[in-house]
Amino acid sequence: MTAAAGTVALEVEGLCKSFRAVQALDQVALNLHYGRVTALLGDNGAGKSTLVKCISGVYAPDAGVVKVDGVVQAIASPETARSLGIETVHQTLAVIDPLDVVENLFLNREHTRGGRLGAWLGVLDKKRMRAESGEILGRLDIRIPSLRRSMSALSGGQRQAVAIGRAAAWGQQIVLLDEPAAALGVEQAACVLDLIRSLRDAGVAVLLITHNMDRVTEVCDRAVVLRQGRKTAEVDVGEVTKDDLVAYITGARAGDLDP
Amino acid sequence: MTDDSAAAGHLQLGVHRWLARRRQDPGLRQYVVYMAAVLIFGLFAVILRDDGFLTASNLLNIGRQAAPIAVMAVGMAFALAAAEIDLSVGAICALSSLVAAEAVGSYGFVAGAAVALAVGAGIGLVNGAIAVKVRIPSFLVTLGMLGIVSGIARNMNNLQSLPIRNDLFLSVFGAGSVGPISSLLIWTVVVGVIGHLVLHQLRWGRHVLSVGADRSAAAALGINTDRIRITALMTSAAAASFAGVLLAGRLAIGRHDLGENLLLTVIAAVVIGGTNLFGGRASVAGAIAGSVVMAMLNNGLILMGLRVADQLIARGVIIILAVALSMREQKET
Repeated sequence: MTAAAGTVALEVEGLCKSFRAVQALDQVALNLHYGRVTALLGDNGAGKSTLVKCISGVYAPDAGVVKVDGVVQAIASPETARSLGIETVHQTLAVIDPLDVVENLFLNREHTRGGRLGAWLGVLDKKRMRAESGEILGRLDIRIPSLRRSMSALSGGQRQAVAIGRAAAWGQQIVLLDEPAAALGVEQAACVLDLIRSLRDAGVAVLLITHNMDRVTEVCDRAVVLRQGRKTAEVDVGEVTKDDLVAYITGARAGDLDP
Repeated sequence: MTDDSAAAGHLQLGVHRWLARRRQDPGLRQYVVYMAAVLIFGLFAVILRDDGFLTASNLLNIGRQAAPIAVMAVGMAFALAAAEIDLSVGAICALSSLVAAEAVGSYGFVAGAAVALAVGAGIGLVNGAIAVKVRIPSFLVTLGMLGIVSGIARNMNNLQSLPIRNDLFLSVFGAGSVGPISSLLIWTVVVGVIGHLVLHQLRWGRHVLSVGADRSAAAALGINTDRIRITALMTSAAAASFAGVLLAGRLAIGRHDLGENLLLTVIAAVVIGGTNLFGGRASVAGAIAGSVVMAMLNNGLILMGLRVADQLIARGVIIILAVALSMREQKET
């Protein structure tokens, strides 16, 4: 990690996105810092996932600027986002069921062998990818019964762990997590939180979407609240209570940013 | 409890465990098509013993009939793997036999095959581009293309067959052999090996499976799903073209209907072989084994003395049964 902790990794300014008549995002601004975890909060339909999809190249925003390391980037596709070091764990996880763990970890990031011709043809270096998969999962302390298992044979928690492991493995700069611990057991959810901490400690800028206020207070440094497509509050998590956060989300309390 | 019944209980438990494990493991399911091939072979060997099923010339004949089916099936496996389907393969096969016959006459044997393949790949490109860019399901696009290509083939030589007189072309693509091994067989093996390697050893094959299994997930990981779907349909079309070249080589003619009726046979061969009709899983070896099964069935029905009309009915029934069985197998996982 080259950038010092605390410097800005990702800047979003004036982001707008609408679907037909629905304004999903309205002039949203967001900063992510290296070595910090930022919570993105809001009720269902507040625009959280839309914001993540705009940053990760799934949606093209109607207006607004996204800067990575201070440089304006046009993130036209998920491939562009990934090449900028932005990895995303979507709500759907985006794992391919019939493929095994190794194949999923390296999907669209495959190692090839056989020199230039091999790279051009895309000859898979399966041995290297299997070895590195073991390393990746071991480093993150993710336990999977077998790397050769297809994803459909894994439990919900294991699938989530693989998806997060993949983001952690490739997201050297920025990792966006859309409800990564939803539908997880207590123990597995704790594992996810540990993963997020180890990403943060490695200097990665993390964005975490969650509905669980305990998680926010446990791992997040800052919290950004969206309400009906607008940013209504941005606070230091250390300075507010869980009840304050819930009040911002439901709109019971107006954030400083409310018009 | 006596020792005996305890042992029996253990055995039963063991069998249960084994069955349970088999059910989770895709291992056994992959071999259904090979077991079916052996079973049908054995059955015909007994029933049609006196009708010449087991004679060398008949077995060679089955191999020659299986070859174009297998070549098309390998291509179709890629289309299905990508969750697309190509209904125009039979028509492309027929048109390609004519194109090859035409080009071989004017430009020689390499050009004959090359032009036919290029025409096939081009049709596949059009199929794919329309399916992807205009967002029409590929079964509709290729159904329309089936009509268009059939019409073009019929116009090309006024329903007449076009003879091929280039001996090199004929011996390389179908009529010739290396020692006792027919060139058709060699080409089938070559296509099968290439297909298998592409599916399992190349990034493209893996991306085809990924797009077929979950297109939006593949897209979220940055895979260019449009490109994958288009190239998958180009593969099925190009393979169909090559099947047309092989048919033309074997029969020494190009004709508007060569291989035209193989569509259903090809789809059945691929699905029996363990390829998921709805994408995400494919087997090239299975597709080839499925093609042998279909060719044996065709051959057996003829030897049984069924009239053409009855053959059609029997084949239709068999295809539905076979596909239904293999799809039930697939759903269980």
